[in-house]
Amino acid sequence: MRAKRQGGMRALIYSARFRGLVYQVVVVAAVIALGWYLVNNTLANLAARGIATGLSFLGREAGFDIGEGAVAYQASDSYLRALVVGLFNTLSVSVVGIILASTLGLVIGIARLSGNWIVARLATLYVEAVRNVPLLLQLFVWYGLVTALPGPRQALQPGLGLVLSNRGLKIPLPVWHETYGPVMIALGVALAGLFFLRRWAVARQYRTGQPFPWAAVGIAGVIGLPGLVFLAVGAPLEWDLPRLAGFNFQGGGTLSPEFVALLMGLSVYTGAFIAEIVRSGILAVPPGQTEAALSLGLTRAQTLRLVILPQALRVIVPPLTSQYLNLTKNSSLAVAIGYPDLVSVANTTINQTGQAVEGVALVMGVFLVISLSLSWLMNWYNSRVALVTR
Amino acid sequence: MNPAPDDQTRRATAASEIEEPSSAQTPERAPPASQLRLLGWARKNLFGSLPNTILTLLAFWLLWEILPPLVRWGLVDAVFSPAGGAASCREATGACWALMGEKNRLMLFGVYPYDQHWRPALATALVIGLLATSAVRSLWGRWLIWAWAVCLAVVGILMWGGVLGLAYVETAQWGGLPLTLGLAILGIVLAFPLSILLALGRRSDLPAIRALSVGYIELVRGVPLVSVLFMASVMFPLFLPEGVSIDKLLRALVGITLFTAAYLAEAVRGGLQAIPRGQEEAADALGLTYWQKMRMVVLPQALRLVIPPIVNQFISCFKDTSLVTIVGLYDLLAATKAALADPDWRPFFVEGYIAAALVYWSFCFFMSRYSQWLERELAKGSRR
Repeated sequence: MRAKRQGGMRALIYSARFRGLVYQVVVVAAVIALGWYLVNNTLANLAARGIATGLSFLGREAGFDIGEGAVAYQASDSYLRALVVGLFNTLSVSVVGIILASTLGLVIGIARLSGNWIVARLATLYVEAVRNVPLLLQLFVWYGLVTALPGPRQALQPGLGLVLSNRGLKIPLPVWHETYGPVMIALGVALAGLFFLRRWAVARQYRTGQPFPWAAVGIAGVIGLPGLVFLAVGAPLEWDLPRLAGFNFQGGGTLSPEFVALLMGLSVYTGAFIAEIVRSGILAVPPGQTEAALSLGLTRAQTLRLVILPQALRVIVPPLTSQYLNLTKNSSLAVAIGYPDLVSVANTTINQTGQAVEGVALVMGVFLVISLSLSWLMNWYNSRVALVTR
Repeated sequence: MNPAPDDQTRRATAASEIEEPSSAQTPERAPPASQLRLLGWARKNLFGSLPNTILTLLAFWLLWEILPPLVRWGLVDAVFSPAGGAASCREATGACWALMGEKNRLMLFGVYPYDQHWRPALATALVIGLLATSAVRSLWGRWLIWAWAVCLAVVGILMWGGVLGLAYVETAQWGGLPLTLGLAILGIVLAFPLSILLALGRRSDLPAIRALSVGYIELVRGVPLVSVLFMASVMFPLFLPEGVSIDKLLRALVGITLFTAAYLAEAVRGGLQAIPRGQEEAADALGLTYWQKMRMVVLPQALRLVIPPIVNQFISCFKDTSLVTIVGLYDLLAATKAALADPDWRPFFVEGYIAAALVYWSFCFFMSRYSQWLERELAKGSRR
């Protein structure tokens, strides 16, 4: 009986599963103990400083102004609303930055592979110069350059109604006309038509082997249908142009100096990294693929669209995802040049209320949600382009 | 350029008598025009086709627009001598390199006491020298670890002082390049052990440990470094018991370490994944415990593969240290910014930032070249 129990204990000690369980319990207990210790200290410290915990401060009046934002806001609004304005500013600079950086990266990446010696050299120069200098330093330079621009009276006017001065970039905006409603509806109809046309064309090609130029027809429809409606209602196009009135410009849309500097910094910096990703993706497709496709009788455009791109995208998408995430996270450097993004607004909130824990936790939580949703979206896209094995 | 034909044939025949009779039938020909000197090269690489020619002309136009004004601004019209002060710069139309003569000490060493600048200078030289030594592969060995330990101790004594007759300098006065280098090196060195634990945890069979590691890595990689630094600067003081305060520099260092560890852990995981499963199974079959298996079989192989990614992580850590500017430390970037806060020199901010950018650039560029070279060098053994 006793020997058997000893054997039981021994078996328990030598059992890998049991020991694994013990290790896990010990580690989890240690982490919980550390967390409890930190929380306890924090609560004691907060109590000593007379700071209330919890999120109730979000409802209080913020009392500071925010220079810009898509959401209407004034100083008497709540902290919550201020943070929402910051969040929308973060998102807008990230989305525009991702579009610009991708375009720039694509162009530079292809240019680096160009057979044209001087173009390839210039692209290499750009990538090596930009990649090896901290983004924050580049942001300071961009911001310094934008604010050192001449004032509104001597503003640069590079054409197209754009006006660049130390008050930021002024852009012309089309004036909304009541007939634009039908034009928008026509655009929606055309887009839906494109979607169904593509499905029909792909199904028909599977069935009969007959290709249908759905892309050309579809694009013609998407441009043509709203265009026809626009012409039919008399083409009432009117631009709201920025014009000098007193000491500043009136009319048109405004991109603040901070926004312009942040956008330039983020796009130029991330563009260099995207260029390298594009280059490696294209290089990863063996030249034999092009030769095989051409010898099958595909045209150059078909070869690119059906053979090269699908294989290059497989290599490009995962690192591209992390660059998009980097750009979004780097937009938090806005705090250094005074663009009111989420981190910047949260920083002001922390300074005013002392609610450091809640403020930092909110910022981290929001960025975590953005990161996870963006990587989920890109993973979904990646699973569509990924190689299907067995 | 071509030898006379009969001469050529004679030589070919002479050669054919000795070894290859077949080569006598193929006479020597001039190389194709595309490989001929500069003109042929330009024809092939710059003006091969119509679009290519247009691109080349565009590039030349761009260079013509940018280069001459840049040279005029940076060299011809620039002010180099700091003798005239900021006034002489304001009169000139070119760059103001006199700024560097006036502010170089502030930019390089921040607010460290002026008459003690030889100490951070010596410390930086020591660290750069040891970095260069560590880059030489034939010198790799256990002694390097000791050398680094001694070097860090010496650097600590030099920077802090308080012993050997050196005046004590508190960390709040540290700044400039030594601070940037110190944060980057200590950040990566301290993050390394943590990252190995995290990477092993992520590949562990124990679900709770795996979940903790994955949670930590994904959480940290999902948030910006700025928010981690904010957490370090405003929340760490709250974490500690009352009365215990923690140095501002140390807080930033802990933030950078925690952040870098998550990224480094993913690099180490890449190395772990590259080790064939048979290695672990063989170690199990020999009866090694988990830690013996990792220490003696898996990690030595995995970490070798991870050296180039670690160098790359070091580069991004080096660039990221510039973010401590935001939480109020005087690293190279913040010191440059401080130097440019002087209203006399404020208009010449571009020159100041160019100088700081050159320092960052030279470190990062050479390290990234080194990492590429190292990758090829380490792969030599496995190449067939």
